[in-house]
Amino acid sequence: MLEIKDLHVNVNGKPILKGLNLTMGEGEVHCIMGPNGSGKSTLSQVLAGRDAYEITGGSVTFRGKDLLEQEPHERAGEGLFLAFQYPVEIPGVSGNQFLRAALNAVRQYRGEDELDAAQMMKVFRERAKQAKIDLASLKRSVNEGFSGGEKKRNEMLQMAILEPRLAVLDEVDSGLDIDALKIVSDAVNAMRSAQRSFLVITHYQRLLNHIVPDHIHVLVDGQIVKSGGKELALELEEKGYAWVEEHTNTVAG
Amino acid sequence: MTTTEIEQLAKKEYKYGFVTEIESETFPPGLNEDVIRAISAKKDEPQWLLDWRLKAFATWQKMEEPDHWPQLKYTPTPYNEISYYSSPKKKDGPKSLEEVDPKLLETYEKLGIPLNERARLAGVAVDAVFDSVSVVTTFKDTLKKAGVIFCPISEAVRDYPELVQKYLGSVVPHSDNFFAALNSAVFTDGSFVYIPKGVRCPMELSTYFRINEASTGQFERTLIVAEEASYVSYLEGCTAPMRDENQLHAAVVELVAHDDAKIKYSTVQNWYPGDEDGKGGIYNFVTKRGKCAGRNSHISWTQVETGSAVTWKYPSCILQGDNSVGEFYSVALTNNYQQADTGTKMVHIGKNTKSTIISKGISAGKGQNTYRGLVKIMKGAENSRNYTQCDSLLIGDRCGAHTFPYIDVRNTSSTVEHEASTSKIAEDQLFYVQQRGLDLENAVSLIVNGFCKEVFRELPMEFAVEATKLLAVSLEGSVG
Repeated sequence: MLEIKDLHVNVNGKPILKGLNLTMGEGEVHCIMGPNGSGKSTLSQVLAGRDAYEITGGSVTFRGKDLLEQEPHERAGEGLFLAFQYPVEIPGVSGNQFLRAALNAVRQYRGEDELDAAQMMKVFRERAKQAKIDLASLKRSVNEGFSGGEKKRNEMLQMAILEPRLAVLDEVDSGLDIDALKIVSDAVNAMRSAQRSFLVITHYQRLLNHIVPDHIHVLVDGQIVKSGGKELALELEEKGYAWVEEHTNTVAG
Repeated sequence: MTTTEIEQLAKKEYKYGFVTEIESETFPPGLNEDVIRAISAKKDEPQWLLDWRLKAFATWQKMEEPDHWPQLKYTPTPYNEISYYSSPKKKDGPKSLEEVDPKLLETYEKLGIPLNERARLAGVAVDAVFDSVSVVTTFKDTLKKAGVIFCPISEAVRDYPELVQKYLGSVVPHSDNFFAALNSAVFTDGSFVYIPKGVRCPMELSTYFRINEASTGQFERTLIVAEEASYVSYLEGCTAPMRDENQLHAAVVELVAHDDAKIKYSTVQNWYPGDEDGKGGIYNFVTKRGKCAGRNSHISWTQVETGSAVTWKYPSCILQGDNSVGEFYSVALTNNYQQADTGTKMVHIGKNTKSTIISKGISAGKGQNTYRGLVKIMKGAENSRNYTQCDSLLIGDRCGAHTFPYIDVRNTSSTVEHEASTSKIAEDQLFYVQQRGLDLENAVSLIVNGFCKEVFRELPMEFAVEATKLLAVSLEGSVG
């Protein structure tokens, strides 16, 4: 469902991704781990279509279509969701208003009928219940005055309501205490299904105690240098990223 | 997304720019005593009103156009080259909707203003002013049963002369300022509203102003009097055709609220703003003032200003009665070459008086947006309070936002609070909203609406919907 081939990306003229390859199937959970500055967040932003990133080579295919050709909102319409590392505040716009607009926009993109406010509320309740997240935050302005944990939980609520085909979680665990981490990972686990894939991007192994991935990839200096099963995380935890880097250098040398 | 793209987004098309082909009786251009006498004669006015007009004219001639202190650059109107009276041709005033020229009805239909049955469903009584005259007022009978007078001011002069004489110029004197003096000399029509003691007006009252004829000015005058313990909500909307020259709109609105009365006055102003190169558009030079004359009286101004090439407007409250309340909620959007210098004056005279000012300025393109406000608390206005919040939102990097708050407090028991902020629509906000599925235009519109929320929630429901749509249209354009 997602195929990234030899992706090269520059930021401010400086190469950040240097030939990244990744293939994900339907319903799979992949995790990308890597040290700071390895290009993890660049990857998530490029997938969602942020400007400022210059794609100098390679291709990305999402559900059979060229992803890089699409506008950000079209990617959302195709079923791509990005849980932001730093969710943005939108003063004066309530979560309800925001998600109603978003869900209807996505439905419109897919040629489905728009829902009225009552139908919307029903959908919100069902999906929030399924993801075990409280709806109360939707009464407040989007992310305004939210704590770090509330913001991340709100991202999960949006994900539950928008029901993406691919959810990219960008450092969703950063700055969370253990309780918040549990809420976030419970939501992800509740939403795992054969039709939904997750790309979990993280620096720390601890998230993977809660969300168990099918595959782990290690990103170092803009390339995936090692891939494996969930046991790879433990190895990394024990030996650190330096081990992979050294290992790679040895292989390359 | 780049700044240029955001700016392109903010370009708009004006959909009310059509001209109605209708036979009009229009005075030749020029302004002198004879023109004023002719206007007065057209309206069969009593001598006192003619005298008042002439006095105003004499005052105006000695005054200077206030084109130096506002943050506005424009070419003053050539006052002797425009016409001061234009009316759709008719024999007598229409007695009912059936007698109104179908072309006029069509015009209002195009503007989305229901003058017929649909209005009944909406529960809004409408007075429609076309160029210089009021063409139709709906629901007069229903209102009359409640004791409410809602009619063209020219009709009020004829039918309720003592009321008009008592209140006309009582809040905005004929000598108040350059444009108010001009208006007092040449005003042609407008609405008159009178709510008797203890009456809650059974429906929203609304006036739609339309300038159609070229090279004319529009000078309407609105007077609203709310007697003791009465309530009225009044809405006003305005549009004009697209023309290359600037047209002048110099209106005066006076509100009087007696003991325990409340007047809520809402405006959605959408005069033609000029094209994207800054050619044409309406000069909107308006004096609006309300007097909270009685104890516990309450006047609330809400305005959404998206049109006009140049706006000069400060809806104000004189808080004379003890415990009276004045409010000003404003959204002003300037785009392309539009300029707005707008704000309010709150003058606290009575004890325990309270005022609230919420101003939201949005600038896009090369638009210049200025908030200018005065909060004046007199010596006797003990324990008075003011809260002012002034927010500016910039779209792109060629527009400007300016804030000039004047605060004058003359006692020690009063409190004044002022908060101000300036922000840009951030690229990360837009990206966040787009990532959730909204396209660029809708993303901008959602963010701008959020910015304006505190003002929109003060508008009557239907107007709030209209204002939301209007903002979206005003920001609409070719997405880069």
